[in-house]
Amino acid sequence: MIHVKGVIKKFGPVAAVDGVSFHIDEGESIALWGSNGAGKTTLIRCLLGVLRFRGRIVVGDENVKRRGKMARRLIGYVPQELAFHDDTRLGAAMIFFAKLRRVDPARCVELLEQVGLTGHERKRVRDLSGGMKQRLALAVAMLADPPIIILDEPTSNLDAVGRSEVFEMLQVLKRKGKTILFASHRPDEVIGLADRLLVMEKGRLVRDTTPASQWPAAGAVQTMRLVVAGEREESAATLLRDAGHIVHLNGRGLCVLAPHDKKALPIRLLAQAGVDIHDFEILEDFNNEEGAR
Amino acid sequence: MTQVGLSSPSLPMCPSAMRTTLAFARRELREALTSRWFLLYTAAFAVLAVATSFMSLAGTGSHGFAGFSRTAAGLLNLVMLVVPLMAMTAGATSVAGERERGTLLYLLAQPVSRLELLLGKFIGLSAALCASLCIGFGLSAGVLAWRAGGAGVGSFLSLVGFTCLLAVVTLSVGLLISVSTRKASVATGVAVFVWLTLVFLSDLGLMAGSLLFKFRVQELFSLAIINPLQAFKMSAILGLNASLDVLGPAGVYASRTFGAALPWMLAGVLAAWGALSFLAAALIFTRRAPV
Repeated sequence: MIHVKGVIKKFGPVAAVDGVSFHIDEGESIALWGSNGAGKTTLIRCLLGVLRFRGRIVVGDENVKRRGKMARRLIGYVPQELAFHDDTRLGAAMIFFAKLRRVDPARCVELLEQVGLTGHERKRVRDLSGGMKQRLALAVAMLADPPIIILDEPTSNLDAVGRSEVFEMLQVLKRKGKTILFASHRPDEVIGLADRLLVMEKGRLVRDTTPASQWPAAGAVQTMRLVVAGEREESAATLLRDAGHIVHLNGRGLCVLAPHDKKALPIRLLAQAGVDIHDFEILEDFNNEEGAR
Repeated sequence: MTQVGLSSPSLPMCPSAMRTTLAFARRELREALTSRWFLLYTAAFAVLAVATSFMSLAGTGSHGFAGFSRTAAGLLNLVMLVVPLMAMTAGATSVAGERERGTLLYLLAQPVSRLELLLGKFIGLSAALCASLCIGFGLSAGVLAWRAGGAGVGSFLSLVGFTCLLAVVTLSVGLLISVSTRKASVATGVAVFVWLTLVFLSDLGLMAGSLLFKFRVQELFSLAIINPLQAFKMSAILGLNASLDVLGPAGVYASRTFGAALPWMLAGVLAAWGALSFLAAALIFTRRAPV
């Protein structure tokens, strides 16, 4: 359904996406995992054909570079936060996107009901809560009933209730057989939704794995932050990755995912390798930690 | 594979592109008509146009004498000042504003082409500007018809037509500025600078140039009509059935050399400005990242 081969996207001398290749089959649900700046969003924008890139991306049978518009017909896109004119009313926004997608406006009513936004048609976009905006973005994405849904950290700006609502909708879409590609910081979302996990680090795809093999005790994963000397961060991250941990360098230390009953493992590994750990912290919610930065 | 988007009723590419373009145009028009800049410019232009009508009527000494022609002549300078500023700033904030708010990326993530989006914006804003100008001209015409009858209405209508053309042309220039900048504030600043250059500096530059470099009259005319505002001014004066002699040696030269072809030539200059600016804008827009 989606073929990505040797995709490179540079901003000046910096490669935001650096030689990424992968393949997604129809009906698969894939999580893009990585810290801020890992290249997830840039990769998604390349997939949508809104950024120029080197390499090859084929969505369905459409080459994104040559037939971006046709490729986008197969994709419903949900951004981190819906960006639409604040003054527009919810109903008008839906009808506008229905026209762009050549969909009968009657479908808008049906979708707004599905996402629980019936009765809010007269509200302006600026008056919607974060959760409502994301539900609207999901409704827009589903207008033409596309086979592929791409979501860029769809729950990162939402509170617990909003997250749960969006997550449930994504599970429904997965059950309907949609191909889903989503970027996320949250292990619980990845475990609950993804069949496969693409781990990105500094623009590179460093691992193509499954949540089950990554976190054998699914649902019992915790994120801990280890603070080591700056010059040792890279080597420490490599060491931990070699031992099977998922590690992110987030500018404030190493964020390491570990089973909740084996949190000492990464600390012991680093200690044995002679890496001094200056401090450590168990993060209840990795996403909140990211958001707090 | 279920390709819902593709399996929907297959329509020829052209009507599909047109439909998308019109969807953008309608949205742009609707938003412009409810925006503050539109209301402000429309009100300002209407007030100034009506005031000019009253002043030109007072200047005749008697009501009913060539009110439309005199008002059209009086409105010419107002149009040259206000309309390019209005159109260029509207165009300049258009794409840059979307880019800054992050809405451009979301729109381009839909199954649309960049050209459809830009063309839709251009058509929608053109319609909004022309509507705004027609309100001002319409009120002015109402005053004139009430106080002075219909004498010289042809000249007035000619000015309305040329003004709408000028608005569309300068809107294209504004769009070119807009696609070349990342922030709406920067785009507005550049648009105001270009407006100042076209309105004031080009006249002063020509005057200074002709003194310093002793331009020949044909060179002076060629340099003058490069400026779309000067081309508009000459077109509008011709539309008023007046002689270009009022513009000095360059005007005399133009009348004598080009004769009946002159209005077409001037319209061609304006059209070229509009078309080239839009093409350049489209070229930049299709190659530039939306963020």
